[in-house]
Amino acid sequence: MELTRMTAAELSAALTAGQVSATEVTQAHLDRIAAVDERVHAFLHVAADSALAQAAAVDERRRTGAPLGPLAGVPVAVKDVFTTAGLPTTCGSRILDGWHPPYDATITQRLKQAGAIIIGKTNMDEFAMGSSTENSAFGPSHNPWDLDRIPGGSSGGSAAAVAAYEAPLAIGTDTGGSIRQPAAVCGIVGTKPTYGGSSRYGVVAFASSLDTPGPFGRTVLDTALLHEAISGYDPMDSTSIDAPVPPVLAAARQADVSGMRIGVVTELGGEGYQPGVLSRFAEAVELLESLGAKVTEVSCPHFKYALPAYYLIAPSEASSNLARFDAMRYGLRVGDDGRRDAEEVMALTREQGFGAEVKRRIILGAYALSSGYYDAYYGKAQQVRTLIIRDFDAAFSQVDVLVSPSTPTTAFGIGERADNPMAMYLADLCTIPSDLAGNAAISVPCGLAPEDGLPVGLQVMAPALADDRLYRVAAAAEAALVGQWGQPLLAGAKGLS
Amino acid sequence: MPITRDEVAHLARLSRIALSDAELDHLAPQLDQIITAVAQVQEVAADGIPPTSHATGLTNVYRDDVPRPCLSPAEALAGAPAVEQQRFRVPRILAEE
Repeated sequence: MELTRMTAAELSAALTAGQVSATEVTQAHLDRIAAVDERVHAFLHVAADSALAQAAAVDERRRTGAPLGPLAGVPVAVKDVFTTAGLPTTCGSRILDGWHPPYDATITQRLKQAGAIIIGKTNMDEFAMGSSTENSAFGPSHNPWDLDRIPGGSSGGSAAAVAAYEAPLAIGTDTGGSIRQPAAVCGIVGTKPTYGGSSRYGVVAFASSLDTPGPFGRTVLDTALLHEAISGYDPMDSTSIDAPVPPVLAAARQADVSGMRIGVVTELGGEGYQPGVLSRFAEAVELLESLGAKVTEVSCPHFKYALPAYYLIAPSEASSNLARFDAMRYGLRVGDDGRRDAEEVMALTREQGFGAEVKRRIILGAYALSSGYYDAYYGKAQQVRTLIIRDFDAAFSQVDVLVSPSTPTTAFGIGERADNPMAMYLADLCTIPSDLAGNAAISVPCGLAPEDGLPVGLQVMAPALADDRLYRVAAAAEAALVGQWGQPLLAGAKGLS
Repeated sequence: MPITRDEVAHLARLSRIALSDAELDHLAPQLDQIITAVAQVQEVAADGIPPTSHATGLTNVYRDDVPRPCLSPAEALAGAPAVEQQRFRVPRILAEE
């Protein structure tokens, strides 16, 4: 079998059995990247030399019988928001073009400890602000289902890399849906773990109370493998939760929903949703019921205010976090001619270094936090956040998990919403509530919309630290659906053929 | 109209972003549209509802105050736009007399 078509679990088994070397696996993926990434543009930086060096080290350890991590020899693509010592980290921004961070993010360290091969850094909307990768300063990524369409965002490069078989696994971050939305529109699996379940140390901050690193894979089991490898308490992150990692891998293997109580969220559907998305979602719910789940409808009345609350809270935090890009200690510096003072240099640097969406959000955040508007905007949004958490609490007292479509529509065309911020923001309509509440959610492919033949995602949401429930439901749905389709959904992606 | 072009210009100055006139013309109406939309949060009856700043419930997390290895001066300065005498060199920060 072609190495790039194998899942991470299959690669791991073949590597363990000595049927293939980490060097061969890594080279096969580098060859695939060389063959297709000109068209997909999933990567901002391909780490060929360091990846092959890591692979050689794994092969050497295997030869000498030294202990190996659970992902030994399996390539992983890493979103360019994680710091990586020795590799550039740009966050898709001109302001960090050429910057080499002096240290590894905790997630980067854990990948290395697990034996994973970091094959490259993936494209993203600048500072993770966007739903399409069109806000990358280095050009958009393309959806492997249809290269004229967006791969979602902000972790669109990571999703596209996995969907294009350039890597079996990838890491992203989810602040308002930036893992689940690209996973949905690229026809792969993506998880936003419980906030605090995966470390933010070394993740360039966008909105600190929301940013959550998480895994992408082509199967639910692969996604669980990566989830388990990167998760767990980190004293370097003051918001890290000191609790055992939920048993996500066991849950993915269990793949059983019999007796589970599943709630369909009334407010996440209806007007504004693409008909084919709603019909595939409804079929997925029926399928779960046929597998033994007890399905009810649950109302979360404040979810309709999640999007406006998010677009106050996230920009407010961003306006503060991005103040660190001041042209003084690292990154771009513009206009330092010996005559201009520091503030003028800062303003010129930030003008040239940031793209339009980042500027919009910094200014929006500054507005929401300014005296006279604070109570009416930021303060009110924080109260809405409490009400959304209460909606979830009430729902989870009745059901084990909630479900909805992952996105209101399938992948839209590149350029279609590029200069219409409000239209772009709607892409995260279904994913934002879980970010605001800090609980766990997954997107798993549930079919193709009949009207455009593009993937639709089923979102499953679970209480904080019950991430394992996501994998039980997603794995059960995946097994039944792949049985119906006769092959994985992604086998039908024709954008690169 | 919740936000004017002048207010956007003022906020951009406070945010140290030297927007051009053309950008201001473009951004101001977009921000006005966004603020009008997000103002929906004001419809919610939230009297007496406590605000949530983050969802973990953790407060005052400190690490132990023990020395540990840190970046060397060379590592810390490696990404600096300008360096002088093992320090970050910056443009002048005080006006001349």
